[in-house]
Amino acid sequence: MSSDANPAIEVTDLACSYDEKLVLDGVSFRVRPAEIFFVIGGSGCGKTTLLRNMIGLNTPVRGEVRFNGRSFTSADSKSRREMLRTFGMLFQSGALWTSLTLGENIALPLEEYTSLPADEIRSIAAFKLAQVGLEGYEEHYPSELSGGMRKRAGLARALALDPGIVFFDEPSASLDPVTARNLDRLIVQVRDTFGTTIVVVSHDVDSIFGIADRIVMLDRDKRGIIAEGKPSEVARNSDNPRVVEFLTRRGIGAE
Amino acid sequence: MQATPEPTGASVTARTDGSVLEIRLGGPWRLESRTPRWPSFTLPEKPTAVRIRADAVSQWDTSLVVYLGEAQQWCGTSGIDCDIQALPDKMRALSGQFLSSLRTRGRDEHSRSFVVEVGLATRETMAHVRGLLQFVGEFWIDTTRLVRGRAGLRWSDTVGEMQKCGAMALPIVSLISFLVGVTLAYSGAIVLKRFGGEIWVSDLIGVAMTREMGALMAAVTLSGRTGAAYAVEIGSMKANEEIDALSTLGISPVRFLVIPRVFALVLMMPLLAMYANCLGVLGGMAVAYTTLDIPPTAYWVEMLTIVDLQDVLVGVIKAVVFGLIVGLSGCLRGLQSERDAAGVGNAATSAVVTSILLIIVADAVFAVLFHVIGL
Repeated sequence: MSSDANPAIEVTDLACSYDEKLVLDGVSFRVRPAEIFFVIGGSGCGKTTLLRNMIGLNTPVRGEVRFNGRSFTSADSKSRREMLRTFGMLFQSGALWTSLTLGENIALPLEEYTSLPADEIRSIAAFKLAQVGLEGYEEHYPSELSGGMRKRAGLARALALDPGIVFFDEPSASLDPVTARNLDRLIVQVRDTFGTTIVVVSHDVDSIFGIADRIVMLDRDKRGIIAEGKPSEVARNSDNPRVVEFLTRRGIGAE
Repeated sequence: MQATPEPTGASVTARTDGSVLEIRLGGPWRLESRTPRWPSFTLPEKPTAVRIRADAVSQWDTSLVVYLGEAQQWCGTSGIDCDIQALPDKMRALSGQFLSSLRTRGRDEHSRSFVVEVGLATRETMAHVRGLLQFVGEFWIDTTRLVRGRAGLRWSDTVGEMQKCGAMALPIVSLISFLVGVTLAYSGAIVLKRFGGEIWVSDLIGVAMTREMGALMAAVTLSGRTGAAYAVEIGSMKANEEIDALSTLGISPVRFLVIPRVFALVLMMPLLAMYANCLGVLGGMAVAYTTLDIPPTAYWVEMLTIVDLQDVLVGVIKAVVFGLIVGLSGCLRGLQSERDAAGVGNAATSAVVTSILLIIVADAVFAVLFHVIGL
């Protein structure tokens, strides 16, 4: 358990359901500011469900989520919208708006939340695309891009409003290993440049050992957290065979 | 004592050795050829044990495993000892797995009792009603915000949608309403000829088109053309997490996606309905001229004695409401769509069914309403 006085995210006793089945119960953890925090676990353990409940796409059955000390779960719609502005989210598929060009995709959050003139928004969009290595792609439509490029464009959109917290849903899913490592590098770069707090849902062991500062591991049968801490320490010290099996299939073997 | 040689090659030979039934399997056992099913021979009275040998088997796959498994199961239920020690290890292991898969075979959890079925259906209906109310509520709130100037309309989207649902629908609306005019003229002429009043075809068509058929035909066409497209578009966006991406940015999908589309339809539907009126009248005029020998000028003058602006207004009011119905049904079904390919298809179907149903209901309500207020 972290002893930080001001966690960026604090999840307390959260219970979430999926398809009316309780998949998580009594989940509590804290994420420190500017930390790369991984939520890991096997398929179907409720990782994505936890993420969707944290950012308000689903309503938790019970429990509380606080961002920078402010409760998100009990906020009214106005302050919720205000808090949503401070998150970025990279969806598993990228979730770019297919009817808009990349430039327009990134411009949309800016148009919604700022009163910047149109040409400035366009330059910001180009700049954000350049940051993820997609310079010159403003006029492309998402359908014209590869999967890895779409994810990077999704990241550029997630970063459009310089959010304090960015969530990633399985960033390396359906990417080849090289592209996945590049995306990992980009995540670290974002954190180092902006001091962004980063929450990643993943089951990619290479990413976990590569960039995670701390992890929590969820388990389907226990419907909650079965391990928490630094990845290498968890792998070394955990006495739960499931944790060790998950992490050491390649993790410690490579050390 | 009986031998059953199979034509395909897989063979089962049964022999009783005292009270022990010995079964010898042979030949190639392949799933795609016809293989024996247990028991492929007449079972003798009460053997005390069964011994299975497979020395003569040249090739085998799952078909043999199934045979062995069924044999063992039969022995198990009849309380007979089954000796398979002579079989190769792989065969024994697989038949063991087959047996345990028989025991743990999953029950069909999709079949439920009547009471459970009714309960689930009720809950689903309640969820649907709740979803509908929530959607209409959100639409209302966002629209009032828009009207009060507290939120902007995405004009570029709206104009694009107006072009798609309005201008680009002109050819199909032209054809349909012209043909409706033609059909009305022919069927009207049958009745009116008896009274020698063919000229009144023009009144019939004028009133029917402006008050009824113009708006109705435009609405039905657009519910198939535009309403379904909205459902599919929004449904695929949902499947692709694009709607979630809007929500996490705090952008209401209703304001962003629904209002421009519904607004476009509400603006374009009356125009299309008036256009359909003209084409329908033209269709009637063509039939009157070619088959009833009524000159277009006479037709026109006669029509104006009955049809006035009030009738056109009735059609336009209806068209506005129909536009609202088509737009809302399409968007609602899209937002309610399941996140897969079949779900998106169902959304399109149900958008069209919903909007046509509501259009007809609304039309009936209007008929009564206009009759009561004398419009």
